Parts: sequence; C-alpha cells; structure tokens
Amino acid sequence: MNVFAVASNTLPAMRWQPLCRRADLVAFSGVVAWLETSAAQVALFYLPGHTPELYALDHFDPFSNACVIGRGIVGDLNGAPVIASPLYKQHFRLSDGQCLEDERVQLRTWPVRFENDHVLIEA
Amino acid sequence: MATKETLIIIGNGMVGHHLVEQVIEAGALARFDVTVFGEERHRAYDRVHLSEYFTGRDAESLALCDADYYAQHGVTLYSNVKVTEIDRAAKTVVTASGRYAFDHLVLATGSFPFVPPIEGRERPGCLVYRTLSDLDAIRDAARNATNGVVVGGGLLGLEAANALRGLNLDTAVVEFAPRLMPMQVDREGGELLKEKIEALGVQVLTERATQRIEQGEQSRLRIVFQDDKVLETDLIVFSAGIRPQDELARDCGLEIGERGGVVIDDHCRTSDPAILAVGEVALWNQSIFGLVAPGYQMAKVAVSTLTGGDARFGGADMSTKLKLLGVDVGAIGDAHGERTPGARMFRYLDPLTQLYRKLVVSSDGKKLLGAMLVGDNGVYDTLLQYYANSLELPKEPASLILPQQSGAAPALGPGALPDTAMICSCHNVTKADICRALDAGAQDLAGVKGATKASTGCGGCATLLKSVVDFELEARGVEVDTSLCEHFAYTRQALYDIVRVEGIKTFGELMEKHGSPGHGLGCDICKPTVSSILASCFNEPIMDAAHVPLQDTNDTFMANMQKNGTYSVVPRIAGGEITPEKLMVLGQVAQKFELYTKVTGGQRIDLFGARLEDLPAIWGELIAAGFETGHAYGKSLRTVKSCVGSTWCRYGVQDSVGMAIALEHRYKGLRAPHKIKFGVSGCTRECAEAQSKDIGIIATENGWNLYVCGNGGMRPRHAELFATDLDDEALYRTIDRFLMFYVRTADRLQRTATWRENLEGGLDYLKEVILEDSLSLGDELERQMQTLIERYECEWANALSDPEKLKRFRSFVNDERPDPSIIMTSERGQLRPA
Ligand code: SRM
Ligand SMILES: Cc1cc2nc3c(=O)[nH]c(=O)nc-3n(C[C@H](O)[C@H](O)[C@H](O)COP(=O)(O)OP(=O)(O)OC[C@H]3O[C@@H](n4cnc5c(N)ncnc54)[C@H](O)[C@@H]3O)c2cc1C
Ligand code: SF4
Ligand code: FES
Repeated sequence: MNVFAVASNTLPAMRWQPLCRRADLVAFSGVVAWLETSAAQVALFYLPGHTPELYALDHFDPFSNACVIGRGIVGDLNGAPVIASPLYKQHFRLSDGQCLEDERVQLRTWPVRFENDHVLIEA
Repeated sequence: MATKETLIIIGNGMVGHHLVEQVIEAGALARFDVTVFGEERHRAYDRVHLSEYFTGRDAESLALCDADYYAQHGVTLYSNVKVTEIDRAAKTVVTASGRYAFDHLVLATGSFPFVPPIEGRERPGCLVYRTLSDLDAIRDAARNATNGVVVGGGLLGLEAANALRGLNLDTAVVEFAPRLMPMQVDREGGELLKEKIEALGVQVLTERATQRIEQGEQSRLRIVFQDDKVLETDLIVFSAGIRPQDELARDCGLEIGERGGVVIDDHCRTSDPAILAVGEVALWNQSIFGLVAPGYQMAKVAVSTLTGGDARFGGADMSTKLKLLGVDVGAIGDAHGERTPGARMFRYLDPLTQLYRKLVVSSDGKKLLGAMLVGDNGVYDTLLQYYANSLELPKEPASLILPQQSGAAPALGPGALPDTAMICSCHNVTKADICRALDAGAQDLAGVKGATKASTGCGGCATLLKSVVDFELEARGVEVDTSLCEHFAYTRQALYDIVRVEGIKTFGELMEKHGSPGHGLGCDICKPTVSSILASCFNEPIMDAAHVPLQDTNDTFMANMQKNGTYSVVPRIAGGEITPEKLMVLGQVAQKFELYTKVTGGQRIDLFGARLEDLPAIWGELIAAGFETGHAYGKSLRTVKSCVGSTWCRYGVQDSVGMAIALEHRYKGLRAPHKIKFGVSGCTRECAEAQSKDIGIIATENGWNLYVCGNGGMRPRHAELFATDLDDEALYRTIDRFLMFYVRTADRLQRTATWRENLEGGLDYLKEVILEDSLSLGDELERQMQTLIERYECEWANALSDPEKLKRFRSFVNDERPDPSIIMTSERGQLRPA
C-alpha cells in the first residue's frame, strides 16, 4: 500500500506566512493549498459568519491514505463544525482535527487567519 | 466415515420442495443422500400463484428456487420422471429408467383434479387447471376459441374462470350446488358473490348437473345438462375438486383413507414406518389439507421425524381469504356455524355496497368460532386473530362487522395479540418469533422477513406482519425515529413536500425555516439529501454556487472519486449503442490522459484515474465529440441497458435499442432518492436482464410489458409485472408517473425495490395510484416530469462554459502542480493506483 509520507516539520521557527487569497476560498466548503515550507497539503474551510471562520487541516486522510479531506462535506455535529471524509465518511472536528469515530486519530491542524485579502498560515 | 442413508422424495411440488429446503436448513444433508423425482417437466414452482402465468409471469419466475439450487447442495433432482411403483419389500422405487434403493421414502405427490365421470369428458377441449402444462393446454385451446365454460364453482373454479376471462373468452361457470363456493359461503354470501361475478360479465349457472358432453354445433363442444338444457362452448375446464394422488401408495398396500389419501400419524409416518407422506396426498385425522401452509408444517414435522426429533403435526386452520375475480371472499373457522351446538350468528348485509359479513359466536357470546366475508376482507385479519387465539370478544360482537361509521369497535391492535398468535401460517411464524428476531438484531420489516421468512409464502399476512413489527419496534423504544438527522426533524418525504409546496430553492432557506432549533451548518446526511430534493424539484445545475457546498465530492466534481483521490469518467452511452467514431474518441482521450479503461457492467465505458485538474480538459474533448455526462456519480438515472432487439436479432419483436435510447434521453439527469437503472429487452428471452432493474421493459407482439422495482446488487429482487402491452406513449406516461411518485415518496437512499417492499398496500396500491390514478395525482406527476425533462442540460457542458465553476478543478488553489501523492503503477498494459 502506498502511504504518502508527509515531510516532518522540523524547520527552525514557526512563522506566519501568506498561503493564498480570500477569493480562492469557497464558502461552507473546502479548498486545498500547497504549503511549500512543509511540502504539505492543507485543506482550508471557510465558514463566513462563524467564529472562527477559517480552519486549516491536513488534506491527507489516514483512513484511505489519500489526499482528499478538502473535498468532503462541511457540517456540524452536536454544535461542533466538522468535515466528513469523502471516501469512508469519518468526521473530523475542524477546530482540532479530532476524528469523532476513532479517538486515536487526529488530523494535523494549523493556525490560520485573514489579513486583508490574504490567508496567512503559521507554519 | 459412515455411509449416508438414502432419502427419496416422490413429488417436486410445493411441499416436496419445502421438504428439501427444510432438510438443507436442518443440516440433515450430512446424514442423507437426497434424491427427488418430479413428474412435471418444471422444477417446483409456486402453484398458489399459478394463474399469474397468464398475466405475465413465466415458469422461471414462478419457480421456487434458482435452477442450480439442488445441484449446489448436492441434492439430485429428476424432473419429468414419474415413479411408477414402490417396492416396499426391496425398499426401492421404480421409474421408466430403473430402480432406486431408499432407506427412507417421502410421498409428496399432491393431488390431481377430479373430473366427474361424465360421458364425453375425454373429448379434445376438455381440460383441467392444476399445472403449468395444463395452463399451456388451456392457452392453446383458447387460441381459436370465443367462449369457455368452467365446471365447478368452487375456489379454484372461479380462479379458472378469471383466467378464461383474461384470455378474452366469454366465460360461464357451471355449479352443481345451489350457490357458488358452497364450502366457504352460505346462501346469502353465495348470492352476493354470484351477483358480483355476473356483473363482471361471467355467466353463472347454479344447480346444473352436467350429464354429458357432445360435439357442438356453433362451438366445438356442447354440454347437456340433466334437464336436457344445453350450453355450447369451445372449451371446458373441469374444476370439480381435487383428489389425493395416492395411487402409488394404494398399489404398494399402504393404509389409505376411505375417500382416499395416505393415512399418516402425527409424525407424518404412513402405515410403513420407513415411508412418510406430506402435503395434499396425506390424510391426517380423516382430513386432507388442500392448502400450502399445512403442507409446509407437515414438511417441517417430517424432517424432524427423519432426524430423530419429536415434532408433531396437530392439524391446521383452513381459514382462507382470497380475491376471486376481484371479489374479496374470506372464511374463518366454522364459517357455517354447523360444528358447534348453540352457536349464535350475527349477519350484516349491505345490498348497496354489496357487502356481506357473518360472525359465528359461541353460545356465551365470548369466543369467535367462525366468520364469513364477501365483498370486503378488511376485517379478516382482526377476526382471524380473535379466532386463532381464542381472544375474548368485545361486549357487542356485532361491532366487529359493522361498518366503521356506525361506531364499530376498533381493529384489534397488535399489542392485544398473545405471543403465541400465528402471524404467518405459511412459515409458521408467531408473534414470539418476530419478537425474537427483533431482539436478535433485526432492525426493520425487511430484517424480520429475512430472519423468519414471514410473509414470503402466500403473502396474505403482509399487513398484519407490518403492524406487528412496527408495534414491537416502537415498544422497544427503537422509536422508529424518522428524523433525517440532527438538523431536520423530518423524513425525506416530508422535506420533499415542504420544498415543493413552499417553493424553497436553497438549503439555507430550508434550514432557516424548518431546521431544528439551534440549527447549524447541516451535515453530510442532510446536505446531499436536500440537494437531491432541490434537483428533483427544480433541476438547477448542481454546480451553481448555492448548491456546491451541499454535494458529495462526486457531485461536486461530477466524477466518482476513487480510492486514491483520482476520479473516474463515465460518459453517457445511451442504450449501450456507440458509433465507431465515438469509440475511437474514448480511446484517444484515455490514451492522452493515461486513463485505465474498462467496460462497465452497465454497458458503457469507464475511464479511471483522472486527476482533478485534468477533468475539464477530458470533458472538453468528450463534449466536443458529442458525448455528455453519464451521471455515474449521481443518485439519478444511470443506464438503460438494452439488448440488440428486432433490428438484428431473429427473435426480437420490437426495437429495444431505440426504446432504450429514447428512455435514457428522457430521464437522464433526473435526481432521485437513489440511483435508477432500466433495462429493455426485445423479446421474452430477456437478454437485457430487464427484470433485475428498477424499471424493466420487455417487448411483446403488441407493445411493451413494464416491470418495476427490481434490483441487482446486495439483495437481488426480481422486478414485478406492472402493466402489459403498452404502446410507446402509454409506456412513457406510466414511467413518468411511477418515477415521480417514487421521487416524492421514497426515503433517503432507498432504491425502488426497498421502497416497494416498505410500501403499505404493496404492488396493488402502486397500481391503483399509477394506473388507475386513485389519488388524482397522475396529471401533476406527468407535468412535473415534463418540467424536469425540459430543464435538462448536461452538467459538464454547463460547468465548462463557466470559468468560475472551473476554478475548483485544481489540486491546489495556490500552485499549478498536480497532487504529488498520487502514484500509479502499471498492470496488464494499463495504469492503476500503486
Ligand atoms: C463501474 C461499475 C463496475 C464496473 O466496472 O462494471 C460500478 C462501480 C461502482 N458501483 Fe456499482 N458499478 C457498476 C455497475 C453496477 C451494477 C450492474 C448494472 O448496473 O447492471 C450493479 C448491480 C445492479 C443494481 O444496481 O441493481 C451495481 C451495484 C452497486 C451497488 C449496490 C446497489 C444495491 O442496490 O444493492 C452499489 C452501492 C450503492 O449504490 O449503494 C454500487 C456502487 C458502486 C460505486 C459507486 C462504489 C463507490 O461508491 O465507489 C462504484 C464506483 C464507480 C465509479 O467510480 O465509476 N454498485 N453496480 C459499474 C458502472 C456501471 C455504469 O456504467 O454506470
Ligand atoms: C390454481 C391454484 C390456486 C391455489 N391457491 C392456493 C392458495 O391461495 N392458498 C393455498 O394455500 N393453496 C392454494 N392452492 C393449493 C396449493 O397449490 C397446494 O396445497 C400445494 O401445491 C400442495 O403441495 P403438494 O406438494 O402437496 O402438491 P403439488 O404441489 O401438487 O405437488 C405434487 C407433485 O408431485 C408430482 N407427482 C405426483 N405423482 C408423482 C409420481 N408418481 N412420480 C413423480 N412425481 C409425482 C406431481 O406432478 C406434482 O408436481 C392452489 C392450487 C391451485 C391449483
Ligand atoms: S432479448 Fe430477445 S430480441 Fe433481445 S437479443 Fe435476446 S433474443 Fe434477441
Ligand atoms: S401466511 Fe402465507 S406468507 Fe405469511
């Protein structure tokens, strides 16, 4: 089986860096950005009107070993915003990447925020 | 290992077959080598539904098991082989081709139709009604006939009369007794029945003793009655009762009853302990049981006896309910009130609505001894439960048969039934069995049916079973919670109605107006469901901004996501027909984008392994070549499978490919609760396997037969005949209504087969709604379908013309590179996920 290895993030200091633009996002859905400094695929979810309104999770789905999280359906379960994997339908909490069906699995998350028209990520 | 004992079963009818099933289920094949002889050319079939042979079912669909069922289990079946002798001393049976030794023998030879010894009864055109071959003979005889007579006005006689009527013959029934169905109904009931049947154009002659049959003058035959009156007819079907087929047993000296039948004890043993008898040939306690349910019980007992068990046959209830020529008739217990002294009767007769009901009640008024119903079986189930379980009657028993508005007692709820209440007599399933199945994990009606087989025999218990299951589920607090999810406390059907009635066009609006309190974003259950409902109602492109966040990734990218995050591309190839030019384009596109290529089970070509960013370019080329999306990703019409039909095939009677293409184009893009598949075959050979589809169409000389609610997949189900000999227009209209009704009323992810199985009222109800327009919905359903058809556009063409929509087709919003995690390897000359 092909396990896509994500380069481990051992770069010296974390820093806020621009990732993409606000206009690249799709409201109440996901898009994916390439994070050059970590060679990682970041799924971005934009929920206008909610707090927070922007989330960044790993695009890599550990259940299918494929990069697909950003293409799932956004929703909420018991009040917490979640993303459902499009392949085997597990739910991951947007706030911390925790999988609701399997407590041992948690997706990597990154701090993200808007600055004017830009989406910044701390990585 | 010890050698196995040999078990021979003579007769491969309904009970003989059930016996084999029971042997298999009991694991007794480990002990017995089983050989079955059947005189008929067909393997066991559903004789109870024999008449459906004339209304569209064939021998194969009536068969009680798959063709290889016996072989698969190592049971030897000799069809078309008659056993001519039993040699008890040598323990062998004899057939034309040899002798076969047995250790145990079971007689399941059933019965044969009794033909009274009337002069002339051997004339051609004199027939009986028992086997498929009999029906073939009737059909042949009817070909050049204009009229037919049934001799015998009992249950089977009336069924035969209905069949003759269906073959377009002027039909008459001749009965010796003063009324029809003398066994089941009394004078009042019989008169009512006669009126009803005459109103259907069937002539009824009672108190007529047939004396002889001669050559006719206007018709082929002439019946001469005792009073020298005559009746001319082209064919005669004798239905004057049945007699046990006990010849073999007689010849070898087994004990036989005075009026026939092989005498058995409670263990189904005959007077020779090595020989058992079951079914209609067996005489237990002076009675022959001419119904399938008691036969099945005997089969069970016989297996127990064979395997050293102690099960006993204790008689069976002969209550029946039927619809004869569309007239309900029901008889329970001692319907005539002749068997218990002091019994009291209540009668209700309504000459206007032609309804007759009679109760036979014990002298103290507490117990129901019997009942008789003509014209409406609505109260049958309730009465049967009072009878079978000796429940105490309400203070005024008459309330049970009075029409509702005169303050009748409510129907007996399932809660009032004791655990021992027999729910399905065909399979001997009690209320307790149902509760056990539920406790063991069955979650719904289908689960209970699977676990207990209830309602899979004659089907008469379907309504009762459903009410018991629903009641018990509720009692278990499995509150049949019908909420779609935490965001909507509605069923899919209810949401559908809300959307349609209020004209709601977006998810947001629906959530705001009808979402649960403290509502939020929705979830992966309600969003695609609502999206599908919106599409069924308004058919706006699914890629429109408002709808995008609702979709599964498959719908969002209009392609099916594969396990490595790539997608498959399935263009529509309507009816499976494709030009060489288009075929080459598929090849070229696959080559150019390095796509794995496979012919699908749905008669089209799937290109796998497309990267997200390549999808628009791939579709650009396909659309330029005249392709359109195949909706392989949607809960919508998939394919209309066709056979080659009359254009090429020597047997084809209609252009099945043309029809398949027309249908595929008519319904493409229709969003539904689940995917929908069609099949169209050019003749009854059925090369398109239409009867395994949601909608199956089979060409006839006169048009098209329509089958509905079939399914392949996890739980295969044959489609059922819905309408016959439709012309093109009628076919479209019927399917329009059917599909729209399904879209409106089915649950989320419920295919037509499961929908149908859960539909109260079953196929009859569906026919009433669709064919007879009982809800006056027909026009509306057709109009709605028409609107959807008019609004169709290829979603891929729509997306390609809109740069905004295309923005989503890239792996990264900030980088041109394709997803580097996708790694392919090659196999048999093509790429596949590594
Ligand atoms: C490609 C194909 C297999 C093949 O290589 O032949 C296929 C592939 C899939 N089938 Fe199928 N089915 C394919 C023909 C069938 C057939 C045969 C047929 O249509 O005649 C059946 C049985 C007939 C039937 O549906 O009654 C079939 C019964 C299923 C089922 C079970 C449905 C059921 O009611 O039990 C599923 C699961 C589901 O839908 O929930 C399924 C689901 C799937 C899914 C969508 C599974 C998934 O979620 O990933 C597969 C993805 C297709 C893709 O990525 O393109 N597929 N699938 C066939 C595509 C036909 C086409 O041209 O569109
Ligand atoms: C039109 C019709 C409608 C009916 N409707 C109902 C209904 O609604 N409800 C209900 O409960 N019952 C109904 N019945 C009755 C039901 O079909 C029978 O009770 C049931 O079929 C009896 O099963 P069996 O196996 O005992 O006999 P059968 O089904 O008759 O099978 C006996 C088999 O043994 C074979 N056989 C006989 N002798 C030999 C031999 N020497 N060698 C080899 N094979 C032999 C025969 O060819 C036959 O195939 C109906 C019957 C008919 C004809
Ligand atoms: S179903 Fe009939 S018409 Fe169609 S290919 Fe088969 S034999 Fe020919
Ligand atoms: S009573 Fe015949 S199927 Fe249940």
